[in-house]
Amino acid sequence: MIYSAYNYKIMFEKLMDSCLDPAVAGLFKSPVVLSSLLEPLPLGVVIVDPERRVLLMNQALEALTGFTRDEVRGVPCYAVLRGNVCMHQCPVLEAEAGGQPIRREGDLINRGREKIPVRLTSVPVRDPQGALVGHLETFEDIRLLQQLNEKFHQPFSFGQLIGRSLKMEELFRILPVVARTDSSVLITGETGTGKDMVAEALHQASGRAKEPFIKVNCGALPETLMESELFGHSKGAFTGAVGDKPGRIRLAHNGTLYLTEIGDLPLSLQVKLLTFLDDKIVYPLGSTRGFQAEVRVVTATHRHLERMVREGRFREDLLFRLNVVRLHLPPLRERSEDLPLLMDHFLGAFSLRFQKKVRDFSQEVRRILQTYPYPGNVRELRNIVEYAANICQEEVIKPEHLPIYIFENASLSERAVAQKEEAFLPPLGEVGSGTSGMNWPEIERRLIVEALVRSKGRKSRAAEILGWGRSTLWRKMKHYELNS
Amino acid sequence: MFKKVLITVWNSDISPRFDLTSEVVIVALNDEGSVLQERTVVLPHASAEELCHLILTEEAGLVICGGIEEEYHQYLTWKKVEVSDSVMGPWDRALEQVRAGEPVAGSVFYDRGPRQADA
Repeated sequence: MIYSAYNYKIMFEKLMDSCLDPAVAGLFKSPVVLSSLLEPLPLGVVIVDPERRVLLMNQALEALTGFTRDEVRGVPCYAVLRGNVCMHQCPVLEAEAGGQPIRREGDLINRGREKIPVRLTSVPVRDPQGALVGHLETFEDIRLLQQLNEKFHQPFSFGQLIGRSLKMEELFRILPVVARTDSSVLITGETGTGKDMVAEALHQASGRAKEPFIKVNCGALPETLMESELFGHSKGAFTGAVGDKPGRIRLAHNGTLYLTEIGDLPLSLQVKLLTFLDDKIVYPLGSTRGFQAEVRVVTATHRHLERMVREGRFREDLLFRLNVVRLHLPPLRERSEDLPLLMDHFLGAFSLRFQKKVRDFSQEVRRILQTYPYPGNVRELRNIVEYAANICQEEVIKPEHLPIYIFENASLSERAVAQKEEAFLPPLGEVGSGTSGMNWPEIERRLIVEALVRSKGRKSRAAEILGWGRSTLWRKMKHYELNS
Repeated sequence: MFKKVLITVWNSDISPRFDLTSEVVIVALNDEGSVLQERTVVLPHASAEELCHLILTEEAGLVICGGIEEEYHQYLTWKKVEVSDSVMGPWDRALEQVRAGEPVAGSVFYDRGPRQADA
């Protein structure tokens, strides 16, 4: 647009006569310079004429756009501000048409070639007769706000894992990326930290989600059976091999093979697994015909594999092949900020499942649960909440609804944690090391026995300790065959 | 020997935003600055990536635009395309200056009235 000197005079007369040093009159005792009002504002402010040409802008907007007021005076605001809304839904024009201030969020590109998110407000300015004399626009830099929002909305779950701690956030950021690759993954972490869940979630988020996910516990079977389980066998390979068996690796073809407790895999099988990882060919026991298996291998262990390598109990070359992507799941004590989230999550889940009206923890219970060391990690917390949700007949879980071992075996639990921190090995399974890994009936049975021991066999006292009626205790004792 | 100039256009002005441009003018100039060819290309939709692709396909040597993000500026520069950004005003006036052999980066081509002229 090219403006003639005549047009300029008509349009600018009212506003630009003193625009280099405009004053506001009638508001205060004496006129004040407009810039003295606008300059201190942390908000970018620009005043434009009815043709949207810049008359005045404050220092904050100069800093935001990178242009000085002298450079852009008389230039249409859209050319200076370079906002996305300026080009598509000019708020100045909308405010003019509607007569109302318009507020929008968008972005602008400044002179430094940065795209900056802004919140802008456009207000039409009219003279006392109602004639439009210009517009006032404000620009708020909302980068910080958006960063906070992003932080707030950052993913805090992956599969069934939840958490808001820094360690978990970091993990949640990595997991989707790792899931999309075919690299071998080694998941480490103490028992109860969710290694199996991560493995399954990785599979579900990968391109192999529709293919099989085969889990093999390397510590669950004797060596000979494990070999057959993993690699399969052909008919007649050994006594009892009455038919061909495909093996878990072959079953996982095109999918994911999850080898848990990989640290417990016997050395002889480690060699065979290593050969498979190199060649990707499975040779069933007693067969010379191989099968090309296209599998992604995910492994997990709670053991310190590097230490096992040093001790000669784990092959170094196998570790190198498995340890392409290493994911370490932190123990619960290292992500204590996740405790409230996990507690509420489990309570909500169990209340729903058991159809209970339990909705919260008392402050005392929260304090107790936040200071407990959790040698069994998240699994143990879940068991505790499951127990409490079962026992509690009220809306709020109180200390008496918590498992007794929390109070009695605190020192043992701490000792177990210390052992694990030292050796990164699982607890030795001592009786007092908690109930992690136990299911609810086992816990309940154990609690009844404990209560009976504490009450020296007096059932009424035991029922009191458990918070049950005598008939409930009697019924449960009968159910668990504790009457004799 | 000729030089191809690509100007991002919005109405009759240089488009304030490279990434929101949906129309470009491509001008081929000879060494003397005479226009050998001029054509307007309307893009199916605004996209900085597609615009970069067009610039490279057209083998433009100079791009004149308004606001451009650093990553696209660097990319085009790396591809040996000269980018004159923060140019404001009617695109034909910017082209005139290019034809005259003058740099245009950061120039304002709007007629800003007598006050500016007086100054």
